[in-house]
Amino acid sequence: MANALYSGRRRRNFIWTILAYAATAFGLSWLVVILATLIWNGAGGLSLDVFTKMTAPPGVVGGLLNSIVGSLIVTVMGVAIATPLGILAGTYLAEYGRHERLSIVIRFVNDILLSAPSIVVGLFVYQLCVVPFGHFSAIAGAVALAMIATPIIVRTTEDMLNLVPNTLREAASSMGMPRSLMIRQVAYRAARSGIVTGILLAVARMAGETAPLIFTELGNSLFSADPRGPMSSLPLIIYEFARSPYPEQQKLAWTGALIVTFAVLSLSILARVLSSSRGEAK
Amino acid sequence: MNEAVSPNPVQSPLHEPAGGAVAEKIAVRGLNFFYGQTRALKDVTLSLRTGKVTSFIGPSGCGKSTLLRVLNRMYDLYPGQHAEGEVLLDGENILAPGLDLNLLRARVGMVFQKPTPFPMSIYDNIAFGIRLYEKVAKSELDGRVESALRRSALWTEVKDKLNASGLSLSGGQQQRLCIARTVAISPEVILFDEPCSALDPIATAKIEELIDELTDDYTIAIVTHSMQQAARVSQFTAFMYLGEMIEFDETNKVFTSPRDKRTQDYITGRFG
Repeated sequence: MANALYSGRRRRNFIWTILAYAATAFGLSWLVVILATLIWNGAGGLSLDVFTKMTAPPGVVGGLLNSIVGSLIVTVMGVAIATPLGILAGTYLAEYGRHERLSIVIRFVNDILLSAPSIVVGLFVYQLCVVPFGHFSAIAGAVALAMIATPIIVRTTEDMLNLVPNTLREAASSMGMPRSLMIRQVAYRAARSGIVTGILLAVARMAGETAPLIFTELGNSLFSADPRGPMSSLPLIIYEFARSPYPEQQKLAWTGALIVTFAVLSLSILARVLSSSRGEAK
Repeated sequence: MNEAVSPNPVQSPLHEPAGGAVAEKIAVRGLNFFYGQTRALKDVTLSLRTGKVTSFIGPSGCGKSTLLRVLNRMYDLYPGQHAEGEVLLDGENILAPGLDLNLLRARVGMVFQKPTPFPMSIYDNIAFGIRLYEKVAKSELDGRVESALRRSALWTEVKDKLNASGLSLSGGQQQRLCIARTVAISPEVILFDEPCSALDPIATAKIEELIDELTDDYTIAIVTHSMQQAARVSQFTAFMYLGEMIEFDETNKVFTSPRDKRTQDYITGRFG
């Protein structure tokens, strides 16, 4: 009797385990296929030229230098805007406004922003930062990327601060530490690696965004480091070259995709490593 | 019953224990405490004697921790909690509006149930509190950190790793670090909220020893679930039940000849 019950359970356990493994394998296999395709098509185009030459018209040997530099500049500007905003807002939600009604509204709005289609963000910033000035600019691109990154940083900052035990806050205030000092010296320290992880994930997200840049940064086939004007960027050049009829441009698009993917991948891995070392004595 | 001590023991939880000439550091008068609508403390009255240890005992939920957290107004961190009545620290009502909470907490320190070292080095855990109140030179700071660590019997164990994280210490060491941190800013009163409940017996013994050494210099209140601990470390004991102060007297009297039946039932293990 008991044995029958037990063997039935074992069978069911076996079936569910198989299903779980199968689902995992199915999900992972696509990632593997994507990475393999990228490497297959993109690795061949990797050469010094990619990093030293500008994007070129068909028939001329070109590289991706202006796009790589452009991506770096726009991402850095975006993160410079999003990080302070995101951390401060997340701090309000977790520390000052934890019990406020306003926080519920902010959290809700932030969640909407978090899942807002990036093309909508691009159009919004087009109206805000492109139309009034009469031209596309890298600044507008950075603003659009910052709008995508900020909600991510707000969310992770709040979540990470919420993980800081209240007893630590009580201990700090029990010594007569003013709240602002407690947040900066105790709560931020305790949540630091988690907050940094959030920023890195936001950077990874920004590095791969294309839609918001189409309406704001436009792209530029020449080298430009002037944020007031249009600038090239990897996702934009991938978008452009992938549709091009010329094989050498298509090849560069693959290579660009490979570079973006591995940049994002390594950022994610770095974020993962940082967050798994959280809690360890530091 | 020792009627000699008090003519009317049951009605008067505030009755003066023998040797009542000892000055009172904190006087709690008619204190009511509310979590939202729930009344957690009912008309509590007691006094903490200067340089003595007073323990608060009673079953879970009786309000002993709540009472302790009123004494440094820790409850102020949370909305919806408020206290009514009077809590006099050296005659000044700390429940009065407009009181500087940070100054109050500099005078009334607290050690928590779970050790709460800050995520920084052992040295900084202590130096941080000192820097909060004084501008001191590095050499003096070193001395102050050392003396606080010696005071809490931790110096010999950590003197070679002052730059290690406070979190790298064992639970008992962390708790002593928290005591050192509290002592370092020279409060007048130290509140202990079940300081040993997360510690093993050896670490517990060390903390109790430490509390013993801190008496005389500090007025101490300790919440504990262990009646043996109350008997070991405190000169006065307050027994609380369902938010009321049932009995408050010298520890040996509470434990050997309690006046209230509920106290007797609790200390003999019949409930709680």
